[in-house]
Amino acid sequence: MTKMTTFLMGTVLALGMTFLGCTKNDNMILVGEFGSLTGGQATFGISTNKGIKMALDEINEKGGVKGKKIKLITEDNQGKTEEAAASVTRLITQNKVIAIIGEVASGRSKAAAPIAQEHGIPMISPSSTNPDVTKIGDYIFRVCFIDPFQGFVMAKFATENLKAKKAAIMRSVGNEYSVGLADVFAADFKKLGGEIVADLSYQDNDVDFKAQLTQLRSKAPDVIFVPGYYTEVGLIAQQAKSLGIKAPLLGGDGWDSPKLHEIGKEAINGHYFSNHYTTESTDPVVVEFIKKFQEKYKETPDGLAALGYDAAKVLAQAMERAPELNSKAIRDEIAKTKDFVGVTGKITINAERNAVKSAVVVQVDGPKRKYVTTISP
Amino acid sequence: MQDFLQHMINGLSLGSIYALIALGYTMVYGILQMINFAHSDVYMVGAFAAFYAAKWLGIENSPGFSTLIILLLVSMITCSLLALAIERLAYRPLRKAPKLNILITAIGVSLLLEYSGQVIFGADPKVFPEVLNDSILAEIGIVQLKLSDVTVLGVSIVAMLVLHWLIQSTKVGKAMRAVSLNANVASLLGINVNRIISFTFIIGSSLAGIGSVLVGMKYPKIEPLMGMMIGLKAFVAAVLGGIGSVPGAVLGGIMMGLSEEMVVGYLSSTYRDALAFGILIVVLIFKPSGLFGKSSVEKV
Repeated sequence: MTKMTTFLMGTVLALGMTFLGCTKNDNMILVGEFGSLTGGQATFGISTNKGIKMALDEINEKGGVKGKKIKLITEDNQGKTEEAAASVTRLITQNKVIAIIGEVASGRSKAAAPIAQEHGIPMISPSSTNPDVTKIGDYIFRVCFIDPFQGFVMAKFATENLKAKKAAIMRSVGNEYSVGLADVFAADFKKLGGEIVADLSYQDNDVDFKAQLTQLRSKAPDVIFVPGYYTEVGLIAQQAKSLGIKAPLLGGDGWDSPKLHEIGKEAINGHYFSNHYTTESTDPVVVEFIKKFQEKYKETPDGLAALGYDAAKVLAQAMERAPELNSKAIRDEIAKTKDFVGVTGKITINAERNAVKSAVVVQVDGPKRKYVTTISP
Repeated sequence: MQDFLQHMINGLSLGSIYALIALGYTMVYGILQMINFAHSDVYMVGAFAAFYAAKWLGIENSPGFSTLIILLLVSMITCSLLALAIERLAYRPLRKAPKLNILITAIGVSLLLEYSGQVIFGADPKVFPEVLNDSILAEIGIVQLKLSDVTVLGVSIVAMLVLHWLIQSTKVGKAMRAVSLNANVASLLGINVNRIISFTFIIGSSLAGIGSVLVGMKYPKIEPLMGMMIGLKAFVAAVLGGIGSVPGAVLGGIMMGLSEEMVVGYLSSTYRDALAFGILIVVLIFKPSGLFGKSSVEKV
């Protein structure tokens, strides 16, 4: 084959692809998603992705939005912050998505949000709870509560329900989510009359926590607040048990993963964490959601799947309400979301673009989560 | 005081694992004067081999000493075969090339294993099966001596004693020492240098295999990048003890484990890695040959 023919074929191919791209874009609405489908927090991304897909499938079955089907383009960031920024850039500049859903981890949402803001693409984080995420700009939203609230919920739960006087903290330094929760918990626990007897740290991907736990054991705390992610929490629970520590561990929604029990085994049972919803709810919306999810994926949805589902639904509703399908109009409509009945509660987006809603406290019992109490803002 | 005792127990058991892996670095260095960066990834593959073997054999839910021994053997054999292949395919063709080439190749092999591991095993962490029914052997106040810690220490000590016997009292060991002193002269005396080098790789990686099962037992989370940090720490331990020196690697490993545990216990976890690499820098500045290493004049 001569160089000329190669060149010609290449051109034809490229042109063909451009046309294909055009036709696709015309009767499809492209929505981007970025998440950790692999890596140390893989279940976060996978759960969220399942929730989003289920919501969009439901919408598409009913005829889509304004007669157009929604197409989801998912980018895996392997749980890496720098990958998150790169994948959002790709979604916006190459895939030309109209809106973005993501991420779970606050650190990665914060890395990606400035890019979405700069390009004027609305981004809804299903479950990043760090307050700073939505402060990045007026195109950044979330459908979950924020860290100060989770810290407050667990401080209140510790003092009122568990009657704890002395609390110890084990925070993951370098993880903004963990540090945010730990700070608020410490402040609120003291405000409620308690005492923080130890404030220790570890790092994500550590596997040995015995030194910290040994130090903490001698302080005899009533509760230990571990606002980390499930992999480390599972190991911490095991090592705490093996050192004979009996105080209950408390945590936030970062615990919520099927892997928590696989890693922590029976050592994780009986500990508490705050979450966005509970599978034990009798609310018909939740019951319906769980039934459909189990039919589709043969597993019980965790809180992140529920939030992914709600985020996609909030976005789709905003698109339906928007006078025309452009990013600016969609942004304006997301901001107007009020009393949206979601799986994770009634969602109203406030002026800071955060969702106002209550949290539940659940107790770990193997793969199950026993509902303990609901704490409102 | 009780805390101190507990930190000692924790540190010793962590340190003996560092020592096992450090031995692999130090032995290969002793004989080839190269740093085998792929060593920590051979260790990772060992952990996964044990993980899948437990699944296939259906012993993932039957903890006990027989399970431990089976998994140790599987991991040791897998690591040995892998290291043999790496040595044969990647390092041997470069034996006569400048030292830098082989070092860069080692880094390449390391990356190859890490990222193929992510493709083959998946990047999300796996849960290592329960190997031992843990129980408390002795209790002094709140200080607990656990079966798992004693097993880690026991297995490591046995492995190191066997290694010592191998090197000091067998014919192969004598040949290994000869090759490490001077490979050319050794080959003149009828020692098959290639075979001895392969043998060194087998032993070093078997120790890494043992380490991987012990780590899986203690911290039941394994992932394709698990070798990176522990490999670097073990490497620092080998440098601290004097790279090339077998007793040095053991002592360096134990010292690393203990000092890490003490730093985290009494200062802050943030200094854990800083300490390890701080040690590396200090050793390299003040005593580059390490505690037991011989400083030798570059032969011209």
